[in-house]
Amino acid sequence: MTTIPQQRRTLTTTAGAAYSRIWGVGGYRPERVVTNEEICEHIDSSDQWIRERSGIITRRFAAADETVVDMASAAANEALRSAGLMASQISTVIVATVTHPYQTPGAAPIVAERIGATSAVAFDISAACAGYCHGIALANDMVRGGSATFVLVIGVEKLSDFTDKTDRGSAFIFGDGAGASIVGPSDVPGIGPTVWGSDGSKWKTISQRNSWIEVRDGDVDWPAITMEGPEVFRWAVWAMAPIAQAALDQAGIKAEDLDAFIPHQANMRIIDALVKKLKLPDHVAVARDIAETGNTSAASIPLATQRLLDSGEAPHGGLALQIGFGAGLVYAAQVIVLP
Amino acid sequence: MAALTEQTILEGLAEIVNEETGLDTASVQFDKSFTDDLDIDSLSMMTIVVNAEEKFGVRIPDDEVKNLKTVRDAVGFIVGAQA
Repeated sequence: MTTIPQQRRTLTTTAGAAYSRIWGVGGYRPERVVTNEEICEHIDSSDQWIRERSGIITRRFAAADETVVDMASAAANEALRSAGLMASQISTVIVATVTHPYQTPGAAPIVAERIGATSAVAFDISAACAGYCHGIALANDMVRGGSATFVLVIGVEKLSDFTDKTDRGSAFIFGDGAGASIVGPSDVPGIGPTVWGSDGSKWKTISQRNSWIEVRDGDVDWPAITMEGPEVFRWAVWAMAPIAQAALDQAGIKAEDLDAFIPHQANMRIIDALVKKLKLPDHVAVARDIAETGNTSAASIPLATQRLLDSGEAPHGGLALQIGFGAGLVYAAQVIVLP
Repeated sequence: MAALTEQTILEGLAEIVNEETGLDTASVQFDKSFTDDLDIDSLSMMTIVVNAEEKFGVRIPDDEVKNLKTVRDAVGFIVGAQA
């Protein structure tokens, strides 16, 4: 072992809030509604098959000139309104996305500038459909650790840019949108422990088809995102149900204590299977936003949360179990108090 | 667990198919194709496979599932997988 030199000075460190909670949530759904019939103009399928396979009836596509930054900013402003905060109070902006079409710069500093959170800490995270829950985990730790006061966590995707509309396995699944939450200090716990991790051995089951280098050098098509549906389904149900249970256990919460279950809106059949495996009682509201929103990856959980609250299906101040899981493969789950 | 016979596995598999799809257990016959005859899609097939793993104490890896086209294929695989 290396000898540690004796320090002449002790570092000072920050102390954060005792706990954190979600202060507000907001969402942005693009205007253009895309039906299954329109999707079926490019694939040999039907509205009935798509509904049975995935539960999706419609999804939204952003306009051609509507960017990830545009959508993220709109959702952020909704979250600020919901929380009763001003952009100048935001210390940190985290954008979870896989569809910001620049290797660099990230979307977060541009969003921060756009909404008026000028000079905020701002960075993107790439954790696919688990990105938002990763962001909530980081925000919780930052607020409690003292490196942030109010954190804007945004999940945003323009998956329509990265979807092959002729791929029968995936063309009907993906949609566009953005959802945002603001995490801030609290006197009582508002965000439970995060249960998270990865399984990189399964990275090929959800992936952009080719790397950018292969695109540059080879004769390959635009690298859309594809999935090995059945394998992902198996992982999402049987590997994720124990993770969701662990998030409940670590928060000291039982299924019957929940007011809402908000899983990543990947596929209605995954949602149904998770509800069954977790033995959620009937009074627990289950997010099924995928029916009208499609799978919006990192945006899906905050958008679904906003819908449950706006519709009155879930109570403000209620307990919700949220779980994100996706490409990587990566996952993150935590119990939260709804704003 | 002692090795189960083909017939026992068929009956067990039929119960699993019935639980997942509502199909009558009598319709689950050796020569039936899961997709073409029983109209079971790949996601339901995965549920059936995982439930069969639990019921029969075997492992059915993801890349093997594609090869289980008929009920006979599935029963045969499970018979062979019993250690």
